[in-house]
Parts: sequence; C-alpha cells; structure tokens
Amino acid sequence: MARSRFQLAPWILLLPATVLLVAFTHYPAVMTMVKSLYRLPKGSRPAKFVGTEHYVSMINDPVFWASLKNSMIYALGTVPMAIGLSMLMAIIVNSAIKGRSLMRMFFFLPTILPMIAVANIWLFFYTPSYGLIDQFLSLFGFEQHNWLGDPDTALGSLMVTAIWKEAGFFMIFYLAALQQMNPTLAEAAALEGAGRWYFFRRVTFPLLMPTTLFVMINAIINSFRLIDHVIVLTRGGPDNASTILLYYIYMVAFRYWDTAYASALTMVLLVILAGLAFIQFGILDRKIHYK
Amino acid sequence: MIQANASPIAGTNGASRALETVGAYMLALLWALPFLYVVWTAFHSAEYEVNFNLFAPITLENFVTAWHSAPFARYFLNTFMLITMVLASQLVVCTLAAYAFAKYDFPGKTILFFLVLVQLMIMPEALMVENYATAASLGLVDTIVAMGLPYLASAFGIFLLRQTFMTVPKELDDAARIEGAGPLKILLKVYVPLAKPVYIAYGLVSVSYHWNNLLWPLVVTNSVTTRPLTVGLQVFSSPDQGVQWGIISAAALMTSAPLLIGFLLFQRQFVQSFMRAGIK
Repeated sequence: MARSRFQLAPWILLLPATVLLVAFTHYPAVMTMVKSLYRLPKGSRPAKFVGTEHYVSMINDPVFWASLKNSMIYALGTVPMAIGLSMLMAIIVNSAIKGRSLMRMFFFLPTILPMIAVANIWLFFYTPSYGLIDQFLSLFGFEQHNWLGDPDTALGSLMVTAIWKEAGFFMIFYLAALQQMNPTLAEAAALEGAGRWYFFRRVTFPLLMPTTLFVMINAIINSFRLIDHVIVLTRGGPDNASTILLYYIYMVAFRYWDTAYASALTMVLLVILAGLAFIQFGILDRKIHYK
Repeated sequence: MIQANASPIAGTNGASRALETVGAYMLALLWALPFLYVVWTAFHSAEYEVNFNLFAPITLENFVTAWHSAPFARYFLNTFMLITMVLASQLVVCTLAAYAFAKYDFPGKTILFFLVLVQLMIMPEALMVENYATAASLGLVDTIVAMGLPYLASAFGIFLLRQTFMTVPKELDDAARIEGAGPLKILLKVYVPLAKPVYIAYGLVSVSYHWNNLLWPLVVTNSVTTRPLTVGLQVFSSPDQGVQWGIISAAALMTSAPLLIGFLLFQRQFVQSFMRAGIK
C-alpha cells in the first residue's frame, strides 16, 4: 500500500456512504439544532429566530417532564430485567438440560416477530377480565384489572411486553460468550470443590461482564428507540402515564405538526444518546470485547 | 453450537438441581405461551378463544377473513420492494466503504470512521422529524423510496464488514495484485468471497429489521400503494375497527410468516447469524 502519494480510490469508495450518512444523519442532526431555535414560518411570514423560547416552554411543559420520567423508569425497569433474564436463558440453553434446542427456539422466537404484531397480541392478553392475563390470575383469586387503562400499570404493561420481545435477542450474545469460555475453568473449580452458585458468582459472571456492558448499552438505546408497542397498546395514556420521550416527539411532530417544538424535544433525545455514545466509546470500549 | 457444557461441578444435591430444572422449563413455557396462544386463536373459531379443547376443529377461516379485509397482497409487495431496495443498497454501499476503511490509509481516516459510527447511536428513528422534512422537500413523501432512504447506508454494516475485511490475509491481496488485478477486482475476487458468512448474517439481520420496522414507514406513508406490512397491520387492527382476536392473530401470524417459517426451518443459521453480527 503506497502511503506517500495521494490516493483517489478510498475517497471514491467512500463517496456513496458519506453522502447518504451525511444527508440522513449528520445534516438532520444539525438542522434539528437550528430549527429548535426558530419559530415555524406561517403563511408568508418567514421563520423567526426565537433563541431559547422552545426550550423555555419545554421546561414549563409537564408532559415533557412526564415523558422524560417515564423514559427513565422504562429504561431502568426493562434493561436490568432483560439482562438478568437473557443471562439466565443463555445459561439454561447452554447446559445439558433435555430439550434445550426447543427452549432456545422459544426464547428467541419473539425476536423475529414484528413489534407491531407482538403488541397486537399482547393487547388481547391485557384485555380486562376476558384477556389471558386476567383469566390466569383469576385462577388464584385475583380481581380483574384494566392493565392498560390504569395509570399505575400502563407503563409497566409496556415494559413486560418489551422484555418478552427482547430478552431472547440478548440471550444470543451471552450464549456466544458462554461458548467461548474455557471448559477447563469449570473442571478446575470442580476439583477445588466449588459449588455451582459460587462458580457462577466468581467465574461466569465476571467473565460475562464485557457482554453485559455491550448488552446494557444496546438495551438502553432500544428503550429510547422503540415505540411501536406504545402506539398500539396505550397511545401514551391514560393521561400521559405511558408517554415516553420518542412517543411524545412523534405526537408533537406528526399529530400536532409543531415541528419546531418537536426539534427542541429531539435535541434532548440527541443529548441523551450522545451521552450514551460517550460512555460507550470513551469509557467502556477499553473493556469491551469487540475491536 | 449445541454442544453441551455439561457442568462437571460437584457438590449440589439432587433436590435443588431438580428444582432448577423445573424452573428452567417453567421459564421456557412462560416464554412460549404467548406465541402458542396466538397460534391457537388464529387456527380456531372465536368460541375457542378461551375454551381450550384439544379436539376443537382447526379452521383457516380467520386467515381467509383477514386476507380479504385488507389489501395484504399489496402490503406484501410493498414490504418486498422496500427490503430489496434497502438490502441491495446497503450491501453495495457498505462493502465499498468497508473496503476503503480496511485496505487504505488516508488522511482523516479515523475521524471519518468515527463520523460513520455516529449513526450507530443516533439512529434514523431519532431524526424522523428532520428526515420527514427532507423527504417532503424531495417530493418523496408517501413513496417506497422515502421509506428506505434513511437506511440505505448502514454504519452497522460498514463496521461489520470492515472488521471482516481486516482479517483477510495480506498475502492474498498481494498475490491478486501481482497478477494484475485492480482494486475493484481484488474486492470482488478476494474480499467478498471470504466474507460470505458475514454477508449472510448481515443480510438476515437487516431483512428482519426492515421487515419488522414500523415507525418511520408509519410516518412517511399514507396510502395503500406504499404501506408496508407493519403499517398495514397497524391500520388493520386499530381498536376502533372492532376486529375479532382470531382474525388479528391470523393477520399477525400472516405478516410475520416469511421470517417465521425461515426461522423454523433454518433455526441454527438464524441464531448463528445474529450471534455473528452481534459479537463483531
């Protein structure tokens, strides 16, 4: 590879990707910033620079704060659950248990279903009294409950659906990590007389740490990215109890058509995502297994 | 990959191990239940929705009704055109970019690579407001092209292929060059064939992503002639339509069928592909 002279080839090779990425990632990110500082043009009146006006209304907008809070609860609730369950699934499927390939299939199956189909299915499960969940709980003497219509359970219901959909996907990464583990570790531990729980705590779990960090970042990003189930199951309700940030952006932009305010809201999302990117590339990447 | 790591660790008594086994089966059953239930309601008439009788007659009526209550054939075609366009573009664009990053040294390479990776974090969904404005200014709202535009280049694809291309032995590259092959020929004759499993993995992941993608297509389409399956299913099953569950289940299964059948037939390849794509 000639390093000294200028080469045209790499630039030509990179041209299509660069144009597309700039047009649909970098340019819109910058334009979001710009538009969040302007008032929308109306009729013949051009867009007017209003500085932080949208951000001030955002601070005074209780729905924005509710959506931010719900997003945090959603992430804090789904991510650790999905991580714990996916780790457990991987350990089960990687063990000598009978029927493990059938189990692996059932764990992974929700991953390849469209979230919109999954949400429609779960809409039925959550139906008060007639739905599967109330039918099941009534066996144990529970009263019927309007899971999606009660502000206390609406967000939680969305979280359960998301965990069911995603845990099997993350299981794959743990499965890959477990299969790369050196089997002599387990043999050595057996010779030492270590118990299985002890072995998991002191050997398996620490060795899975890079995978856990990788899964964690991806699960957090997904928690901000996916709103298909919100659209189907609760539409953010009741009374914004299950409105998460991206869903609020969607409503403001494409239901109320206030794209300037939606841009200001998007900026908050971009800052959160950039923060996550910083954590991943800046701090975690040194310990993460890829590269 | 199914080789069992039969744990040789001693010191656990039979009772707790039996309990663990039961727990494992319970978890699998819990995970399987929603899907099995959907299959049940889709293939039985409404009276068996909550009445589980093993001898209940199996019917395809729900599928027939669903198929005729919405233009699903058109939706299938739209989805098919969308994923074909997206995948074809991604394969070409990402291959070229990954080749540049893996093979050449040029000023600004690190910064450029970092700028590519930005898309991994700030995904198209987060930028839908501006991307809609772009689609509108190009006059592309409610077209299949608009649905694919933000995804035509994929940072994930570039990253994955670059990692793979970097493992291609330099000797192979040199040998091809000595034989007089140009950069493009080397790419097609040496790099691409060696990366075949990665292409399959990436293709599967990309197809399932776009088959299942809802939000951006929902925003940018508004007519039967452009809607993909996901949006069609969303319109079809809106609560105000008062559709029966059996029919919704049938529609949900129908729209997922190609991926589902592919998965059931090639389970190992699917899982391995997602694994391969994930750990690079």
